[in-house]
Amino acid sequence: MAIQLKARVSRSIGGNLTVFIFLLLAGVFMVLPLVYIVVNSFKPINELFLYPPRFFVRRPTFDNFLELFQLSQSTWVPFYRYLFNSLFIAGGGTVLYIFIASMAGFVLAKYRLPGIALYVQVVIWAMLFRPEVMGIPQYIIITKLGLLNTYLAVILPAVASSLGVFMMRQFMTTIYDSLLDAARIDGAGDFGIYWRVAMPMVKPAWLTLTVFTFQGLWNMAGVQYIYDESMKPLPYMLSQVVSVGIARAGAGAAVGLFLMLPPILIFVFAQRSVILTMAHTGIKE
Amino acid sequence: MARQAGRTGRGFRGRATVPYLMLLPYTLVFAVFIVIPLLAAVVLSFTSFNMLQVPRFNGLTNYVRLLFDDDVFLIAVRNTLVFAFLTGPVGYILSFLFAWFINDMGTRLRTLLTLVFYAPSLAGNVYFIWMFIFSGDTYGFINSRLMMLGIIKEPIQWLSDVRYNLWIVVLVILWLSMGTGFLAFVAGLQTLNQELFEAGSIDGVRNRFQELFYITLPQMTPQLLFGAVLTIASSFAVGYQSMSLTGFPSTDYSTHTVVLHILDFGFIRYEMGYASAVAVVLFISVLVVWKLINTGLRRLGGDL
Repeated sequence: MAIQLKARVSRSIGGNLTVFIFLLLAGVFMVLPLVYIVVNSFKPINELFLYPPRFFVRRPTFDNFLELFQLSQSTWVPFYRYLFNSLFIAGGGTVLYIFIASMAGFVLAKYRLPGIALYVQVVIWAMLFRPEVMGIPQYIIITKLGLLNTYLAVILPAVASSLGVFMMRQFMTTIYDSLLDAARIDGAGDFGIYWRVAMPMVKPAWLTLTVFTFQGLWNMAGVQYIYDESMKPLPYMLSQVVSVGIARAGAGAAVGLFLMLPPILIFVFAQRSVILTMAHTGIKE
Repeated sequence: MARQAGRTGRGFRGRATVPYLMLLPYTLVFAVFIVIPLLAAVVLSFTSFNMLQVPRFNGLTNYVRLLFDDDVFLIAVRNTLVFAFLTGPVGYILSFLFAWFINDMGTRLRTLLTLVFYAPSLAGNVYFIWMFIFSGDTYGFINSRLMMLGIIKEPIQWLSDVRYNLWIVVLVILWLSMGTGFLAFVAGLQTLNQELFEAGSIDGVRNRFQELFYITLPQMTPQLLFGAVLTIASSFAVGYQSMSLTGFPSTDYSTHTVVLHILDFGFIRYEMGYASAVAVVLFISVLVVWKLINTGLRRLGGDL
C-alpha cells in the first residue's frame, strides 16, 4: 500500500513523520481491544486462564462458540432465538426508518410550506437528546401505549431519532429542482417524485442511514422494554454472559464477535457512500 | 431560509396535501416518542408519581429535594460534568485531529484508517472487553503486564478503586468517541475548496497550523456544528458505559452520573416524578451548553 502524502508548502517532512507516528500509535490503541475479542473467542480454555495471559492465540478452537450455544440452550433460550430477535429488530426497524425518515427528509428539503423552517430547527434540537437521557419519560409513554414486551417498544423510539431525517434532508437539498419539476410535468405525483426520482438519486444517503440505523438497533439491549426471555436480543445475552466475569471470558468474546461483525461488515461495504453522504450533513441553519 | 429550498433557490412547488401526508408518519413517531416524553417529563417533574396511582401535584418539592436533600445527586452532577468536560471537548478535538491527519493520506490508507478509528463506536456494546483488560485480578491483561515488569507487586482493582475507575471509564468513552461526528469531519475535509489552499500558499501560509486556522476551520463550520451537537448529546448521556464497567452502584458512587441517577429513581424506586425532575435538569443543561457552543463556533466561521 503506497503512502502518498500530498505535496504542499504547508507540510514539512518532520511534521508528516510526527503525524504518521501519532496516527500509527492511536490506530493500534483503537484496534487492539477489538483484536483481543477476536483472538479470545478462539482461545481454548487453558489459554484463557494462562498466567501470565498471552495476547494472541496459539491453538485456535471453536470451543467457546460451542460453550456459548450450550450455555444459551441450558440456561436461557436457544442462541438462535436471540440472534433472530436482534435480526428482526435491526432489520425491520431499519427498513421502517429509512422509509419514513427519507419521506420526511424529502418534504423538509424540497417544499416551501408554512412551518417547515421551524420543523427543521426542531429536528436539529432533538439530536441533542440521546435515548439514554429520555429513558424514563419514554418508558412511561411505552407503558401507557401497551407496547411493553413487544419488539415495537425497542424499534419505535429508535425510529423517532431525528439524526436520519436531518441527514436525508441535507442530502436531498442537493437534488436540482429542475429534475423534480420535469418529473412533475411528465405527470408524476408528489409521492411518485419522491419514490422514483429522488430516492434513486440519494442512494448514498439511505445506504448511510442503513449503516447507522442497523448499528444502533443491533446494539439495543432493550432490558427495560422486553421481559420475555424468548424475545430478548443478543446484546442482552452478552450482558448476561459477561456478568459472571472472567469464568466466561471465552463465551463472552464469542458473543462479542457475533455482535461486532455485522455492523463492521455493513460499514465496509457502504463506506464510500457514507463518506459521500456525511460531506453534506453540516448544520447550516 | 432561501437556502433550504434547494440549489436553484426557487423552490420546488407542489400542492400542500400530499407533502403533509408524507411528513405525517415520522411526525407521529417523533411526537409520541420524543416531543411528548420531553414535555411529559417537565409536567411530571412537579408531581409525585409511581406509575400505579394518578400523579399528585407537589409543586417544587422534587427540585428542592434534589438541590438540598440528595447528596448522591450532587455527586452525579459532579461526575457528569467531569465526564462531559473530559470526554466532550477532548473527544471532539481528537475526532477532528484524527480526521485532519487522515485527510493527508492517500485514498486507500485514508479508507483503512477511517475504518480503524470508527470501528470501536461501530462495534458498540463490545466495550465490555475493557473489563477483561482492566480486570482486578492477576489475570487482568494490564495487571499481569505491570506485575511481570515489576512495576506493581499486588494487582490493582482498576474498576472498583475510586482512584482509577473514573479514569478508565473516561478512557473507554474516548475510545468510543470517534463516531458519526468523526465521519462528518473526514467527509467534510475531502470536499473543501482546494483553490483556497493554493491561494493560501501564495499568500504566505507556511505551516499546517496556519493553514488549519486560516483556511480549513472557517470552511468547516457546518460540520463542526454537526459534530458539536452529537458530542454534547453523548457527553451528557454517559452512564451505561460506567454501569457496565464499574458496576451499579459503583464504589462510593465514584462513577455515578445523572443518567444513572434517573435510572435509579425511575426503574428501581419507581419515583417517576423525582426522576423526571432530574431529567429536566439534564435537558436544560444540554440546551444551555448547545446555545453557548453554537454561538462560539459560528463566530469562528466568520459570517453566518
